[in-house]
Amino acid sequence: MTHLSEEELVLHYYGEEGDTLAAEQHLDACGDCRAHYASLQRVLNIVDGLPLPERDAEYGERVWRRIEAQIPARRRRWMGWLPARARWAATATAMASLLVVAFFAGRSTTPGHRGGAIAKADPKSGERVLLVAVGDYLERSQMVLIELANANPKHPLDISAEQERAADLVSESGLYRQTAVHVGDTAVADVLDDLDRVLLEIAHSPSRLSPGELNNLRQRLEAEGILFKIRVLGANVRNQEESAPEQTSAGRQKL
Amino acid sequence: MELTDRVCVAQARAGDADAFRVLVERHSRSLFRLAYRMTGNESDAEDVVQESFMRAYRQLDKFDERASFGTWLYRITANCSLDLMRSKKRRSEQMAPADPDRDDPILNLPSTAPSPEREALSGQVRDRVAEALQELSATERTAFVLRHFEGMCIEEVSRVLDCAPGAAKHSVFRAVQKLRRALEPLVSTAG
Repeated sequence: MTHLSEEELVLHYYGEEGDTLAAEQHLDACGDCRAHYASLQRVLNIVDGLPLPERDAEYGERVWRRIEAQIPARRRRWMGWLPARARWAATATAMASLLVVAFFAGRSTTPGHRGGAIAKADPKSGERVLLVAVGDYLERSQMVLIELANANPKHPLDISAEQERAADLVSESGLYRQTAVHVGDTAVADVLDDLDRVLLEIAHSPSRLSPGELNNLRQRLEAEGILFKIRVLGANVRNQEESAPEQTSAGRQKL
Repeated sequence: MELTDRVCVAQARAGDADAFRVLVERHSRSLFRLAYRMTGNESDAEDVVQESFMRAYRQLDKFDERASFGTWLYRITANCSLDLMRSKKRRSEQMAPADPDRDDPILNLPSTAPSPEREALSGQVRDRVAEALQELSATERTAFVLRHFEGMCIEEVSRVLDCAPGAAKHSVFRAVQKLRRALEPLVSTAG
């Protein structure tokens, strides 16, 4: 008679796989295997008896209080109810439409009257798309940078999650920058350029940074003043976003 | 009416911090139990719970809405616990010479503070069980905790450990084998 192996006994205990009926029949017929199996059950019963400290019903509330301050505020996102891919696709479509409108507006006017033509061809809705999308983009970029700037590890830090977010942001930035250049917002385009460089650097860093490497990165962020630039631009964008619905078509305001 | 996890996740993604708070309050206790079984230490388990929610919040956009949010959180918590255990191992290796017989040991003993539940197992047996769990590697302990205490199937365990199902199965088996070798003398004595 072939006995059940130790692995088969363990798998049988967990009902994981194999011919359960055959194993049961074997255990019924084989005293040795039955004794081994009973011993295994006793060992695992002892492990089950190890006490487990419980937390009271208010524990969740206490956890929230501890993490609340560390959770960066999520401003209501541009089409935040959509999954990330769909949100990006919708933004890209809207941005591309805006570019097309700007392009044809430029072709149909004389150089001296370009601004006025864009004002006609670039309606409030298009402007709002740009404002909201850029505002959302800046906020997400800021969250990544703040998390890295505030990290203070004593051991190597895994930044792979931040890197993925940085890479996603870089893939989005091109269209915003192109749109900003097209509508003549060089200030926005410049900040997006600077931000792009920083995000690319993060995306291509090693995924585990030693405390020293993280400190170097933090110093470069400070030297670039990128967080300050984002904050200033973000505040401008938010102000414009709030006043955009009341604007007349008298002319397009700069971001 | 109680909001489902799915609704809370959607609202949290849209910027509603209160919705994320509902998720924290709903899942904290079960995550603590998992983290405690993984780390064997109450203070570490509390740290792991907090870190898990922070990671979950940061990665909320990556969560696949078709999946169970609870399972996703479990996966994050198990990984946070693994990270903690491994970093403790590295730290202890820097402080003491490595023991080649110990493959990735877990360095925390569960608290030995007396409580009515702890009286259920005699002190000696309890300490031996704690030591036996401590002697498992981080991967073995994770696989064992998820399979034995959390009732996850091997397929789910392999997803948490990010390994093939065969490797997860082997980790569970190795864990049980080590526990059996360590604890069988106690069972024989008791029997």
